[in-house]
Amino acid sequence: MKLSREEVEHVAILARLALSEEEKEQFRAQLSSVLEYAEMINRLDTAHVEPTYHVLPLQNVSRPDEARESLPREEVLGNAPEREAGYFKVPRII
Amino acid sequence: MELFQLTAHQLAEMLKKGEASAEEITRAVFARIYEVEDRIQAYVTVTEETAYQAAKEIDRKRREGEIPGPLAGIPAGLKDNLCTRGTRTTCSSRMLENFVPPYDATVVKKLAAAGAVFTGKLNMDEFAMGSSTENSAFFPTRNPWHLGYVPGGSSGGAAAAVAAGEAVYALGSDTGGSIRQPASFCGIVGLKPTYGLVSRFGLVAFASSLDQIGPLTKDVRDCALVLNAIAGHDPLDSTSAPFPVPDYTSYLTGEARGVKVGVPREFFGKGLDPRVGEVVRAAISRLEDLGAVVEECSFPHAEYALPCYYIIAPAEASSNLARYDGVRYGYRAAPEKGGNYNLLEMYMRTRSEGFGPEVKRRIMLGTYALSSGYYDAYYLKALKLRTLIRQDFNRLFEQFDVIVSPTSPTPPFRFGEKAGDPLVMYLSDVYTIPINLAGIPALSLPCGFVEGLPVGLQIMAPPFGEGTLLRVAYAYEQSTPYHLARPPLKGEPEQEPVEKTGP
Repeated sequence: MKLSREEVEHVAILARLALSEEEKEQFRAQLSSVLEYAEMINRLDTAHVEPTYHVLPLQNVSRPDEARESLPREEVLGNAPEREAGYFKVPRII
Repeated sequence: MELFQLTAHQLAEMLKKGEASAEEITRAVFARIYEVEDRIQAYVTVTEETAYQAAKEIDRKRREGEIPGPLAGIPAGLKDNLCTRGTRTTCSSRMLENFVPPYDATVVKKLAAAGAVFTGKLNMDEFAMGSSTENSAFFPTRNPWHLGYVPGGSSGGAAAAVAAGEAVYALGSDTGGSIRQPASFCGIVGLKPTYGLVSRFGLVAFASSLDQIGPLTKDVRDCALVLNAIAGHDPLDSTSAPFPVPDYTSYLTGEARGVKVGVPREFFGKGLDPRVGEVVRAAISRLEDLGAVVEECSFPHAEYALPCYYIIAPAEASSNLARYDGVRYGYRAAPEKGGNYNLLEMYMRTRSEGFGPEVKRRIMLGTYALSSGYYDAYYLKALKLRTLIRQDFNRLFEQFDVIVSPTSPTPPFRFGEKAGDPLVMYLSDVYTIPINLAGIPALSLPCGFVEGLPVGLQIMAPPFGEGTLLRVAYAYEQSTPYHLARPPLKGEPEQEPVEKTGP
């Protein structure tokens, strides 16, 4: 599977990555070679095989809806790059 | 041997007899850190002050007649992707360079409750993506057996610290071999437990269906002791298994008679360094000498594990790492000088500046595999192969108690040797990856040397078969001298030492 430059640019936008021209070319070549290697999985017929999303037979794990201690607000906000009046601050959206 | 060279169980014995205090042991380990850290570079952050406080607290309790557990007062290191409240947790990434978690990981809480003395946070490949610790955004860690070689990865700092005596034991994480391969490269014991046995709450997520936390220790008894302390169900991790945890040290009988050992021929084929093959085959003969019943077997889908992993793991990573958006925590890029940016531009600049090349590569790969038009061809196909790999293991474990193989196809390699080609680097996990896909436990332990560099034997068991795993590993270990060897810290590092910043 050879990736085109356009595909790399499309995936970069989906992944929210701004790539330099150099990175685009490097990733195009490297991802192509990994995907070419991964092509071998198509040699197997898996039409009747169920996918494994998870190895444990656990499903819909739930617990009673009880109030518990929350994270300390100051310590949480202390990690924010920008904050104002007890909120996370982001660039203007509207 | 010096205090810093001893195992946790040896030190626990000394503490019990009053031959050493927790404070003395802690001093010995920090003295060792000061002595060798500029050559090894295992630590991102050292927490000396809180370590002495914890040690003194244990000594006080003991003086007052309390009998603390076997890990109380023993200095331990933590891989820097385990959240520690009040101590920064960087994942060796610029993205989290200044992140101070507001909570402790469950394993950290459990070890703290057991009286552990935490020495600090250990270097790793950025976000646990890599096999050499060269992907750390800060500095590479060196292999204590030869400073010109990599310690393995991604828990390279953890393995190197334990081997060099900079921590008595450490916790790491293993998504595709990240505990076992560095344990093998540094000549120590590393265990990846069954998926779900150890809580992942507070482990910075890489690939959630594959990640597991486990111990890196100097011998098998320490491994059992640490597993005792960290295993068990946790309501904070919905993938944590309600499995009753036994006392793992009760399996350390020294007996391996009658144990059925399978040797899959696919793990000894093309790509295996013949010198590693020879050492591992000798280890298997040793198991036979101990009375184990060894038989060759087949793992038909072995070759599909690596491509399957390099679709599933990046896919999960691309989703997990979407949270690094520069809003709630972590790095945020500034707008261009004097300018403004909108939200999307802020995201894109932040992620491009905050992540290193390997992390970007895997995010790109995973995003591609999950993107419209490719989901069925790559991701769904890989999930189906994962089923076939699990079935291979299920069939083998109907016949065998454990399966053995080399941990890594090669001995430790030099810095830069595999860094240029991602695919070549990925191949160094070819024997460890199938285990994570199947969710079974596996352990690496020292079984010899190639030109002075350690080689690891990998032992695999069925889900929740840690007891059997430890029993076989212990019997082997006690009949060999490799766990008693300590690294010489020889050779020249190829790069200049780096300046460290404080916690």
